[in-house]
Amino acid sequence: MYILDKLNEGKCIRFEKRLSVPPVTYLIVPVVSVILVLLLGGLFLALLGYNPVEIYGILLNGAFGNTYNFTETIVHAIPLMLTGLGVSLAFKMGLWNIGAEGQLYFGAFMATGVALFFHDLPTPLMLTLVLTAGFLGGALWGFVPAALKVFIGVNETLTTLLLNYVAILWVDYFIFGPWKDPKGFLPYSKVFPQSAMLPVYPGTRIHAGLILAILAAIILWIIIWKTTWGYEIRLIGENTQVARTAGINIAKNMLLVMIISGGLAGLAGMGEVCGIIGRLQHNISPGYGYTAIIIAWLSRLNPLVILLVAIIFGGLNNGGYALQMVGLPESIVTMLQGAILLFVLGGDILTQYRIKIHRRGCGV
Amino acid sequence: MEMVTLLTATLHAAIISATPILYAALGEIFAERSGVLNLGVEGIMLVGAATGFYTAVNSQSLLLGILATVAVSLLFGLIFSFITITLRASQVVTGLVLTIFGTGLSAFLGKSMIGQASPVIFHKIPVPVLSKIPILGHVLFNHDMLVYVLYLLVPLSWFVIYRTREGLNLRAVGENPAAADALGINVFAVRYFYVCLGSMFAGLAGAYLSLAYAPSWLENMSAGRGWIAIVLVIFATWNPVRAALGALIFGGVDVLGFKFQARGIGISPYFMRMLPYLITIIVLIIITARSQMAKNLMPKALTIPYDREER
Amino acid sequence: MNELILEMRGITKSFFGVLANDNVNLMVNRGEIHALLGENGAGKTTLMNILTGLYKPDSGEIVISGKKVTFASPRDAIKSGIGMVHQNFRLVDSLTVSENVILGLNDIHRFLNIQEIHEAIGNFSKKYGLNIDPKAEIWQLSVGERQRVEILKMLYRKVGLLILDEPTAVLTPQEVVDLFSSLRNMAQEGKTVIIITHKLNEVMEIADRITVLRGGKSVATMLKKDITRQELARIMVGREIPKVLSRRCVMSEENVLELTGIKALNDRGMEALSGLSVCVRKGEILGIAGVAGNGQKELVEVIAGLRPTLAGSMKINGKNLTNCKPGDIINAGVAIVPEDRVGMGLAQNFNVIENLIVKTYRDSENSRRGFLNWKHLRKNAEKIVKDFDIKTAGVFSPVKLMSGGNQQKLLFARETSKKPSLLVAAYPCRGLDLGATHAVHQILLSQKEQGTGILLISEDLDELLNLADRIAVIYEGKITGIVVPGKASIEQIGLMMCGGGKECIS
Repeated sequence: MYILDKLNEGKCIRFEKRLSVPPVTYLIVPVVSVILVLLLGGLFLALLGYNPVEIYGILLNGAFGNTYNFTETIVHAIPLMLTGLGVSLAFKMGLWNIGAEGQLYFGAFMATGVALFFHDLPTPLMLTLVLTAGFLGGALWGFVPAALKVFIGVNETLTTLLLNYVAILWVDYFIFGPWKDPKGFLPYSKVFPQSAMLPVYPGTRIHAGLILAILAAIILWIIIWKTTWGYEIRLIGENTQVARTAGINIAKNMLLVMIISGGLAGLAGMGEVCGIIGRLQHNISPGYGYTAIIIAWLSRLNPLVILLVAIIFGGLNNGGYALQMVGLPESIVTMLQGAILLFVLGGDILTQYRIKIHRRGCGV
Repeated sequence: MEMVTLLTATLHAAIISATPILYAALGEIFAERSGVLNLGVEGIMLVGAATGFYTAVNSQSLLLGILATVAVSLLFGLIFSFITITLRASQVVTGLVLTIFGTGLSAFLGKSMIGQASPVIFHKIPVPVLSKIPILGHVLFNHDMLVYVLYLLVPLSWFVIYRTREGLNLRAVGENPAAADALGINVFAVRYFYVCLGSMFAGLAGAYLSLAYAPSWLENMSAGRGWIAIVLVIFATWNPVRAALGALIFGGVDVLGFKFQARGIGISPYFMRMLPYLITIIVLIIITARSQMAKNLMPKALTIPYDREER
Repeated sequence: MNELILEMRGITKSFFGVLANDNVNLMVNRGEIHALLGENGAGKTTLMNILTGLYKPDSGEIVISGKKVTFASPRDAIKSGIGMVHQNFRLVDSLTVSENVILGLNDIHRFLNIQEIHEAIGNFSKKYGLNIDPKAEIWQLSVGERQRVEILKMLYRKVGLLILDEPTAVLTPQEVVDLFSSLRNMAQEGKTVIIITHKLNEVMEIADRITVLRGGKSVATMLKKDITRQELARIMVGREIPKVLSRRCVMSEENVLELTGIKALNDRGMEALSGLSVCVRKGEILGIAGVAGNGQKELVEVIAGLRPTLAGSMKINGKNLTNCKPGDIINAGVAIVPEDRVGMGLAQNFNVIENLIVKTYRDSENSRRGFLNWKHLRKNAEKIVKDFDIKTAGVFSPVKLMSGGNQQKLLFARETSKKPSLLVAAYPCRGLDLGATHAVHQILLSQKEQGTGILLISEDLDELLNLADRIAVIYEGKITGIVVPGKASIEQIGLMMCGGGKECIS
């Protein structure tokens, strides 16, 4: 506590506001954070009796070691990209959409509904429909908390979070109940008709969701920085009072942004069921919607950076599976991901303040 | 007579169900009263549950299990405090990430313990004499130690907040840290202390789940109770006694779901399990809609980092 | 008698590169009322914050009653008998008067006996003639009463040296009289008072001795009886005070704004405007005088369309716009320079360009088919920066790095860019230095000469007397009277500011 007291009292070390921020700081903080997390993680692993170098080797190899592993990393990155883009748009407007996980599940649910009940449709129509359904499912799950926020003022952080649990139970109800494949033992839905499956890059599991994600990132970037609508979104996020004074319709923008934000997460859910699994099942996401928050924040809400960070995090997720072979649960990856952002959050103070250390006397 | 038995059993179970939520909510009341919103509760609960269980299984000691829980959740409280209070990062994001991190850590720690039973758990200890009172005796005084501790903690928390010097300092720091600072109250120390205290309460909530409620380890076993606790704090307008009442209502809803199910009332268990979340959302809607009160009573400095030289 | 209680020597303090105090010296005798005089931004408050341990000086030393001290926190300062009443009160709104007074005291019993404490505080306050209900919660009190709580807080800590930062800024003239008489009483009892102010009249009325700060330096210390008002003014400003601004009367009979019987609530749901009626004519500056908190904030928000009116009507250029959306009101030609420049006026992380187009980004020259025309925006912004002499690191630099004066100029540039027919300016010179204040006054006058009707809200009567064509006095959500500068005395206006007004003098 002594050191903390010193920090707080500002006796030895104090923070002095920066007048300008060298752009390179924005890169240094995350890089240093990653290094520190790897060191600390290594220490943790060593304490548990593992060889950290070996573990990181397995992780890296599992993620990017060969072509197959890399394509699998991309497969894992797709839902992270879409959900990351979704939440980043809401964050940009100052809306705490923590509900990407639920929105993903509900998108998957709606897409499944279409795939199962219109199984005779020709492929182009079917794909259009599952896409729309996936988007609408997520959008609906984003719209509800947005409407509650806009019309009643209910805190969206908590509603979006709680709705995650509801969406997952909702999907459970269907796969354990009405939609359960009568021929199977496990809680899976029936397998989708081929017409409902997204095109896949031959020889890999990379599906067309990747194209959706890249398109979405580019479009979002253009919207945010080049259009008047993006300007409105940023202004609301920056200072709602000013936006209100300027006559911007905040309610309309909030609803719209949450619909898109949820819709993108819904597309991620659609991509999982229609791009990879081919049916609805329990646990279609290992917490993509939560990892998305980390990714969006690390990328400083920049859509193009999100694509990149999502690939790195997809790699971590993918490499995590390889760790199971040496008996390490893949949840260690979640810890690493969380820890990185914790360090970046802490380190962010360096982008606003300069640390001044007074060596002698600690005082005046 | 059957009605009475059913009622007694339901109320008894409601108290058990309310206990973890109330531990977490009491802790969060202290943290928020000091002006810090800790959204890491859910994660700390999970870590507390896993650590407590892990230690209890390996040491065969309940006491060590609880001590380990307290120590680890204290560490989490310190991490959160350092990042949000000293380094002034966003409380919302830091809390969320702490939850994600805690979820991962608990899953990691708990992996080997899935399906195991702990040799030591919190057993029910009927209070002599009191537990013999008809109906109320069973409802109130046939519980484990952690519930009884909670009986003391609720009035004690109320007393501390409203009737002691420390409580006055706490309220002042959450409302107007600059004013408190000007009078020589160490805003940082107060915030560190109560955030850590709150974190330890959240950890205990988790330990209750894995060592008394379940008692076993399940991945994600807190199942959103941390978030429910945060809503409960708003519902309770940051008052421990109201939080206790609220927790009982939530506990009751939770239990009714199971009771309906047990009686074969034809609602899918999945919908029943949604009930606590949906009720929480509805409660949130109601308090927001008719809530000059919740708004006026909210600590004014909540989520705002204190910077002494901010001009 | 001339026993030195406080000596500050060579105090220097800088905030991110800007020198706020530069080798300042201050000497104060026991039992005197010492005025610390200087313009806004001269470094008075910084100096006192250093004295009370809130800031640490970069260099310099503090000597109290002959002993050298270093304060790590305000608690240290209070222990040494130094207490400060800040300009924005440091009170906890949701706590009672008693709780605020005993907050942070260690010799209070750990378990609070609330009844007993109320009684003790009640008696204590009567002893000093600072009447106040100890059981009241702060938010229920008037501004004058809150100030009394602050003073009480310090006296209860047995401070020997009381510092008051601009204590009269928020008071009615009558409250100022009360405050000054209790300050004199304290001085007679041997307490020392330092009063921070930029108002010459007050210094001449209350001070025994005066230290003048200018541009962060201490330039002179003298006895009041040895100096005249004019000399003092010259020392404070460092140059002759600018003459009363030249102005022409271009007022016409046409009303740009007509408010009739406006009623509105404040954020707490209590009536803040209770049947307010007022008109602003084309080409006039209508000043709104009054103590802050009498409905000024709500008045601005009603005009901006940000606060619903419960009764009454608002007409702009003859068109009824009661309860219309902010966008419609902007389109009707209303420009607003809000009181809270940082919170409501500018988006601090946005750059100059983005802040300039807040209300015009949809205009055809700024955007086409929903896409912003960055090239044009940049050129336009650079022109405005030059025209209004705004100092900035560039049009792409965030406004939070600009000084208050430059931010205010930017705000005026934005609001006047569309040639408004009505300009509402709330406390536009609050916290600005003399140069920026002058620039803002020039902007207001030139807007008026172009035919804009201006509603100028200010708590500085001198400013209003200098600029306004008519002055309306607001009290408890109503206009209590309208006067023409030159035909009414400050005393008359002051009387109206506390509710004792006569009906329209004009």
